[in-house]
Amino acid sequence: MSGTQTTYNDKVVRQFAVMTVIWGIVGMLVGVIIAAQLVWPELNYGPWLHFGRLRPLHTNAVIFAFGGCALFATSYWCVQRTSHARLWGGPLIPFTFWGWQIVILLAAVTLPLGITTGKEYAELEWPIDILITLVWVAYALVFFGTIAVRKVSHIYVANWFFGAFIIAVALLHIVNSMEMPITLTKSYSMYSGVQDAMIQWWYGHNAVGFFLTAGFLGMMYYFVPKQAGRPVYSYRLSVVHFWALIFTYMWAGPHHLHYTALPDWTQSVGMVFSLILLAPSWGGMINGIMTLSGAWHKLRDDPVLKFLITSLSFYGMSTFEGPMMSIKTVNALSHYTDWTVGHVHSGALGWVAMVSIGSIYYLLPKLFGKTEMYSTKLVTTHFWIATIGTVLYIASMWIAGVMQGLMWRAVNTDGTLAYSFVESVKGSYPFWAIRWLGGVLFLTGMLIMAYNMFKTMAGGKTQDMPVIAPAGHHA
Amino acid sequence: MESIYLLVPISVILVFVIAIAFWWSVRSGQFDDLEGPAFRVLMDDEQPKKSESSENHEKADKI
Repeated sequence: MSGTQTTYNDKVVRQFAVMTVIWGIVGMLVGVIIAAQLVWPELNYGPWLHFGRLRPLHTNAVIFAFGGCALFATSYWCVQRTSHARLWGGPLIPFTFWGWQIVILLAAVTLPLGITTGKEYAELEWPIDILITLVWVAYALVFFGTIAVRKVSHIYVANWFFGAFIIAVALLHIVNSMEMPITLTKSYSMYSGVQDAMIQWWYGHNAVGFFLTAGFLGMMYYFVPKQAGRPVYSYRLSVVHFWALIFTYMWAGPHHLHYTALPDWTQSVGMVFSLILLAPSWGGMINGIMTLSGAWHKLRDDPVLKFLITSLSFYGMSTFEGPMMSIKTVNALSHYTDWTVGHVHSGALGWVAMVSIGSIYYLLPKLFGKTEMYSTKLVTTHFWIATIGTVLYIASMWIAGVMQGLMWRAVNTDGTLAYSFVESVKGSYPFWAIRWLGGVLFLTGMLIMAYNMFKTMAGGKTQDMPVIAPAGHHA
Repeated sequence: MESIYLLVPISVILVFVIAIAFWWSVRSGQFDDLEGPAFRVLMDDEQPKKSESSENHEKADKI
């Protein structure tokens, strides 16, 4: 490559893309293990491999390792292409990669050891929290630095979503992780009691909203049009979608705390905001799916597009289910049951994982100097296995969840409970087995993806691509 | 509900920050053209269909 022409920095995209698949396998494997532990409790070996310690490892690995790497890879790719500029930031760029990998490794060590803050999705202890903050600030500098040196005046809508995700996650992480260190491995939260619960779920739900939604919507707005070879259905709607989503998201958190010590009015505020969110969510979903309008035939033989469009269907489904579950009367039935677990996975497997997998399949051949994946057939196989796995998972959790909710609230004529808790556990076993099977299928799909990825990488030239001059832009 | 004393000001500040970002983006002409950007993103490809640079054609030939 001649030194005279600027090239895109795809090395970091390559690194994050490969690690997305690796961490996907690790995180989903831990998920399969804990699903098996629920069916066969004798699989809880010792304190380190106990369900209680592996469960946060699973959530952290799939959200922050798998999802995080996918977001880094796709946002770095997208911001360079749409800005017609090489990534800005020099040494900060490899720091985001290696720093993030160290965070993941530290999580993999500390969580099984029982080192935890006990705050859901924010279990990592204070030294790791500080490292996360440093990596995230570097990420923000690289991303916005690249936006700042862009060669076109317009900032493509996907970058707005990625940008909002980066800023919001920084804010959430810093506020929720305020803690007083006692030793190197132990700290106490600055908040206590119901205050802590409120802050925790303000963080928790906005993490869903900005990490697992806004970031992946950025992915959707870039990779769906690219893979379909068509412009997004309505660019105007995508802009409205963005501003509507970020103006209304912040207050959905209290729906996690219905019927708790949280003041009633706060719960109702959370419910109302959750219901409002249906509008921007579905606007975005329809916008993504309708991008294929007039080209539906492309779905027939393009498995990558299948992944992307199916992910949007699951996004629509779970963003309808979510607001419904936030209604207090519905929540009275669904709360603390497996319905919630099913809802989360309809978003996590169906939306987040599938849109990431589709985007990574789009990227891999381009990153390793190939025109397509080693085997398109295997991508199709992966798609069907993943879809069946997701459906098995969600359906079994719906049945188990509603059953649990109904059993827990059933009372005899004299007012005593009709069922003991353990009876609902016993009734859940068959559905937990089906859930485990769904997880095994999804994991199998990831293993197929890894095989396909390494075969695609083999012998590929990893030449850096020159920055493309913007086509007919106005200054 | 002391946590509200933290979360409400954060939200208010945030809304102003978002409003400023929105105001800036409207004023700076980000939304003057709401059709073109959707098409232009498809032209950013590694092998552009109508490229000015001959080097890109060479690269496309190699692949």
